[in-house]
Amino acid sequence: MEKPVLIREDGLRRDGRRPDELRPIHIEVGVLKNADGSAIVEYGKTKVIAATYGPREIYPKHLVLPDRALIRCRYHMAPFSTSEHKSPAPSRREIELSKVIREALESVVFTELFPRTTIDIFIEVLQADGGTRTAGLTAASLALADAGIPMRDLVAGVAVGKIDGVLVLDIDEIEDEYGEADMPIGYAASIDEIVLLQLNGVLTPDEMKEAIKLAKKGAEQIYKLMKEALHRKYLRVLES
Amino acid sequence: MKMKILVADRQIVRPGDVLAIIEDEFFDKIVHDPSKHIYMYGNRVYSDVVGTVNIVDDSLNVIPLEGTYFPKQGDLVIGTISAIGITNWVVDIRAPYKAILNGSELIEGFNPIIHNLRDYLNIGDYILAKIAVFDRTRDPVLTVKGKDLGKITEGVIIEVKPSRVPRIIGRKGSMLNILTTMTNCQITVAQNGVLWIRCPDNDRLNALIKAIKTIEEKPHVRGLTEEVRIILMKELGLGV
Amino acid sequence: MKNVSITPTKQPIIPSIKKETIKRLLKKGERIDGRSLDSYRSINILLNPIPKAEGSALVKIGNTMVMTGVKLEIGTPYSDRPNEGILQVHAEFVPLASPTFEPGPPDEDAIEVARVIDRSLREPRAIKLEDLVLIPGKKVWLIFNDLYLLDYDGNVVDAGMLSTILALNMAKIPYVNITSEENITIDRSTRIKPLPLNLNVVTVTIGIFEEDLIVDPCLEEELVLDSKITFAIDEYNRIVGLQRTGMKGIKTALFEKAMELALSKGRELHELLRKVLNNPENYIKRNLVIEF
Repeated sequence: MEKPVLIREDGLRRDGRRPDELRPIHIEVGVLKNADGSAIVEYGKTKVIAATYGPREIYPKHLVLPDRALIRCRYHMAPFSTSEHKSPAPSRREIELSKVIREALESVVFTELFPRTTIDIFIEVLQADGGTRTAGLTAASLALADAGIPMRDLVAGVAVGKIDGVLVLDIDEIEDEYGEADMPIGYAASIDEIVLLQLNGVLTPDEMKEAIKLAKKGAEQIYKLMKEALHRKYLRVLES
Repeated sequence: MKMKILVADRQIVRPGDVLAIIEDEFFDKIVHDPSKHIYMYGNRVYSDVVGTVNIVDDSLNVIPLEGTYFPKQGDLVIGTISAIGITNWVVDIRAPYKAILNGSELIEGFNPIIHNLRDYLNIGDYILAKIAVFDRTRDPVLTVKGKDLGKITEGVIIEVKPSRVPRIIGRKGSMLNILTTMTNCQITVAQNGVLWIRCPDNDRLNALIKAIKTIEEKPHVRGLTEEVRIILMKELGLGV
Repeated sequence: MKNVSITPTKQPIIPSIKKETIKRLLKKGERIDGRSLDSYRSINILLNPIPKAEGSALVKIGNTMVMTGVKLEIGTPYSDRPNEGILQVHAEFVPLASPTFEPGPPDEDAIEVARVIDRSLREPRAIKLEDLVLIPGKKVWLIFNDLYLLDYDGNVVDAGMLSTILALNMAKIPYVNITSEENITIDRSTRIKPLPLNLNVVTVTIGIFEEDLIVDPCLEEELVLDSKITFAIDEYNRIVGLQRTGMKGIKTALFEKAMELALSKGRELHELLRKVLNNPENYIKRNLVIEF
């Protein structure tokens, strides 16, 4: 396929968004019965579900940390989530993303409260259309909060990309594939800390600063929606 | 510490929500108060969990709405026997740690060569116990020495979210008082969110279960005690 | 150890008082969740929750939730069936679904569920595999039918079968451009026709406890049952698959009773399928909402 036009003549993107505009975002918290905490997050056509269990006992025992909880994270894509059928066996990409998401969350969870236990985080990408790791991070952070795990802040994930030379917020799959750069970040808005940061592509130092600014702006909007979703879970009960 | 409180009593808050501005101190490192579910950073007080604000005079804390049970020395718990060793039983108390009950707790002059623990408590049996020792570095040790402690052989067991225990008891025991006096049922509330109920008949039991389910679903509602009273009157046919 | 069949497999310990309650109620013809012995839990359905898949469905039976996605790819036919498409059914019990599930390749329970569903589709020729040939003997459609168990409260097979048959009914074949045997491309943005099906199949799982039969056991019930039988039933009331599980045998008379019960429940499920597939738009939502 030839590279499509990513920024139209009117300055808008293929799907009509402004460069600094997020896709429609849908969040629901507490969606699974068995899990201690769970959330569904949709960024446009990207759909992700996350669940957490714990703090709970660790098996195998040799993984025990004497002074804090071990956080384990699995980011995984459903075989039907991508255009082409994906093998369910974890790829190198999925293993790396599991690690960076875990470390993002380790930096906000008060793990020292639960020595010798584990907190397990499972992220399943149900439909992939760009931004699955950032939607996954958002969902996982909500699932932890929904499980009542003490943490410093929620983490909102969002990616900034550079397409046709323009910095844009929350890139989708086509923009990622044909763009010049993809920079996912995880941002704890209340305490103003960046907890996930990667770059796939090329940016000048000035673009980098601009990209972070744009990403923080997007993450703050998502962060607000996350807080509303956590609140909504309890309002739902009031209405029934 | 002098502070300006930004939230209302019973308000639902989330991790990272700012609860108060500190007026006379500045924290350049995070100071966490896990028992109050708050932490101080800069000139702000934050929540570390999803919960409801509890303001007593000038001080504030957050009561979590979710979370697994974490053992504390002295807690009353109800557990199930999950494994049997030579000298002790292993007890599932819905915590991230397995609890230990030593043979000598139940058997006078316990001798592992003579006594088979299985003859006293078997897998799947419920026990009411107290946490005798727990310091986080080793698994909690239980005792069944004390009034009413030991194997549970009659009645009904109901599991609720451990975070609901304070609401089931109520301020100064007010909720529990209504539940017991109106239904004439005996209720033992264990800190790990397990209730042991003995009722004179099934109608009262069902009314009580309905009341407990309401508390479990709507812990954040104002006037919950009154709502529970009305439910019980209706269920018990007492008229409103 | 992963590939070894171990009995019993890891299961939650159910407190003896609860076990006794379930048994006592069953003897009285009652169940812990208030259902009658012969009724299903409430069934909720969402169609095409994953628009990127060629077809998909989310089914909840009580608290058991299964999502099935159907993907179509081009492959080489099996040498003994050169003029047929290929069906592959897989089930993943992902660790979100239960505190007892672990990450890793499918265990024996997941493989069993997938194989029961696979056979129940294959044997009655539910899918017109002969219509899925692109270049005879060389290139055919490969159907990947992937079940995802998202929340686990017993009776995965019936929920899995229902979501599978719905996803297959929703599936559309994309446009293909064939210039030569080596040069075939799929244009997934254009979907030209439904996946060709001959008939619909449902499964009905009956739990057996002593002399009593129950329909659609939930997890706590499964843990006290003597055994279970899953009947696969097609829309012509034929039995097109069968799987008995559990550690106790069953007498012929009781089996026949179970079969009659399953056939009558099977008719109900086929009725539900017709209702849903006649008005699929009522079951399609913009967002992935799983709180029904």
